[in-house]
Amino acid sequence: MARARGRGVAAVNYPTGMNLGGDPSQALVHATTTGNFVVTLSSVDLGQGLKTVMQQIAAEALGVPVDTVIIDTADTDTGPHDMGTFASRSTHRTGNAIVMAAKEAREVLLQVAAEELEVGAADLVTDGKGNIHVVGVEGKSISVIETALAAHFKHGRTVSGRGMYLPTRSYPDPTTGKMTPANTYAHACTIAEVEVDTETGDVAVLSLKSAYEIGRAINPRMVEQQIVGGAWMGMSHALYETTEPYYPDRSHGPVDFNEYVMPGPGDLPEFAGVILERPSHDGPFGAKGVGEMTANAPIPAIANAIFDAVGVRVDSLPITPEKVLRGILAKEGEAGAS
Amino acid sequence: MEHVRGFFAAERTDDLKAVGSSRLRSDIAGHVTGKTQFYADRNPRGMLYLKMVRSPHHHARIKRVDASAALSSLGVVRILGHSDVPANIYTILRLIQVEPNDEPVLAVDKVRFQGEPVLAVIAESEAGARAAVAKVKVDYEELPAVFDVEEALKPGAPLVNEYHGHNYFTYESYPFRRVRHGDVEKGFAAADHVIEERYQSSPIEHAPLETTGCIVVPEANGRLTCYSDTQALFFTLDNAALILNVPFQKLRMIGGTVGGGFGGKVDVIVEPIAMLAAMLTNRPVKYAYTREEEMQVSSPRAAERIYIKDGVMKDGRIVARQIRLYADAGAYSRHSPYGTTKAAAHMPGPYTIPNVHVDCHCVYTNRTPSSAMRGFGVTIADFALEVQMDRLARLVGRDPIEFRMINAYRDGDMKAHGKVTDGAALVETMQAAAELAGWRLSDWAKRQSSLKREG
Repeated sequence: MARARGRGVAAVNYPTGMNLGGDPSQALVHATTTGNFVVTLSSVDLGQGLKTVMQQIAAEALGVPVDTVIIDTADTDTGPHDMGTFASRSTHRTGNAIVMAAKEAREVLLQVAAEELEVGAADLVTDGKGNIHVVGVEGKSISVIETALAAHFKHGRTVSGRGMYLPTRSYPDPTTGKMTPANTYAHACTIAEVEVDTETGDVAVLSLKSAYEIGRAINPRMVEQQIVGGAWMGMSHALYETTEPYYPDRSHGPVDFNEYVMPGPGDLPEFAGVILERPSHDGPFGAKGVGEMTANAPIPAIANAIFDAVGVRVDSLPITPEKVLRGILAKEGEAGAS
Repeated sequence: MEHVRGFFAAERTDDLKAVGSSRLRSDIAGHVTGKTQFYADRNPRGMLYLKMVRSPHHHARIKRVDASAALSSLGVVRILGHSDVPANIYTILRLIQVEPNDEPVLAVDKVRFQGEPVLAVIAESEAGARAAVAKVKVDYEELPAVFDVEEALKPGAPLVNEYHGHNYFTYESYPFRRVRHGDVEKGFAAADHVIEERYQSSPIEHAPLETTGCIVVPEANGRLTCYSDTQALFFTLDNAALILNVPFQKLRMIGGTVGGGFGGKVDVIVEPIAMLAAMLTNRPVKYAYTREEEMQVSSPRAAERIYIKDGVMKDGRIVARQIRLYADAGAYSRHSPYGTTKAAAHMPGPYTIPNVHVDCHCVYTNRTPSSAMRGFGVTIADFALEVQMDRLARLVGRDPIEFRMINAYRDGDMKAHGKVTDGAALVETMQAAAELAGWRLSDWAKRQSSLKREG
């Protein structure tokens, strides 16, 4: 029995948002008299952390503490329209809608604060901690909650804003394929290291090391979670998963997690990653979508690492031990024959 | 996770407060302590359960349906067939003008894949619904089925879906999505090497922890509230209203907290029929996929077959790339026509190639319809493209990263679909990954930039 090591690389890009655009998102923002800001959406959190990302984008655009932002989603009676959570679109599309709504609300907030402080709104800054200060005048400030109360009970104004983001829809030329699939692309490169058991064809992934360029990491820790989770899914796509193990033969489809095999904790490689930021011209604070693409580069990187280890190309997914072993045996057969 | 701030520093200010901070996810404590409320945590009084009678065949004519024994089964309230569904034939993406409607909510006179729903049984308990499903007798006449995408496109292949009239989706009168850029034949003729390879994937399951499902509650005011784990509330609401032929304002969707999607919950399958059941019984109805249904009946990631033919020069420049891609849509369109166009738009990968020729076929076969899944159109394409890049690098004797750098797109480059590249960063991610993994790059490779191409 021998174990052969190899490494492989893959580099990819990925479009942000629905292909060909035309996918709108809306957001409504209003301040309550408690000093909170409610962001009303109809976006869905799938477990990826959408609510937190939207909270951070709203807080940044409003200039208020993150904890004072409440994300209210998702009810079609109260939430404005959103195309849905898919196509790595929510951070970008819904995020943009929130920035627009927050800017409108912030403008009112600063106008009211300016009247309360008897200065011009242009001379005011928010500190992100719940206060609005007059630039260059030490100690002259008003809290966001006082401002919200004054707006409501004294000035008779709503501190609110409406946001909408609609990327123009593109219609492909059917003959040439000329089109605008997306305006924003994220990038990734993964280097995989594997060890192949030449006796059984079994592949152990030792490490997946990746660099991701995603415009702006709204929450770097959650980006990391996407990268690690996606790398796991990519590894699983590469080596384990299918609902039709004898495709295109339709038989022997797995029906539960005993039959549908995926890597367990003991199979996990070392994950490492770094984030690069080249802000997009049209994303909220330059952000691009990172969700879906994190599964993509690991798959070919692992396939290329297997070739590097044992000289066998398996061009069909999943790359099962059987396929690898057959490749190794065929190669040995060729070597024996020559 | 480390930020590598050296790259693109001139294009960025680092003065943000809330953005860029790694705060804990707001709902994580609820998730890990079991306090988060998902749709299935509701238990409205008098709730009924819906289970489907499904086709055991891949392709068959329905000759006779006998539900009499099932109707008198303990706890059965109602059994729905296709004639109970007001507008039974639909396709999800009609909301963005994709045609034609090609899928029945409940099978009409034919089944086109194993597991296709034929009748919906509504009963007082899950066990009662399951028992009644087993008592339904359906006589089928089996028809020849086709499972291979290239076989399906041959003359004389069994016709999968009569609404299309042939086994492929039509893109504005073309039988596939085309991209044409330069002249590939000239490129191949001028190339030092030409290679062609074939890549194949198999269907893949989303495998969310929480299976697809919903609970529909008829309200006193005549409206329906649907608690769902859909990824797209309005997509579901709009399609459901069209299927039920009711005004949009009759429906209310509540969701937003989902136990994993990965694209599997963008289809609109469980809600419309559960809403109909709730309307007709005036009782709350739950319809949730079992794990088996999630794995074998709900849409997987499409299997794809991809042929890539490349012309490459000894110096490492790819001068022509021709791609033929077949996406296996299964029996119905769902999101596959969209995904196939996305695949075409993605070609030839993030590389600048002067001659590109792409045909992407969306093909119907007698298998479970495929649909949206994380990166569909791109994920399997990237597998094929990047394994091909490794082959080409070895063919011309170049380091795989440096070979990619030779061809990587730079700002200002023309893409095959006719857009000028901007905001490129492929070169830099390769440099950063090489650094992270200890992969030695030449001085030339370290000098490369996405901002401009260096000879």
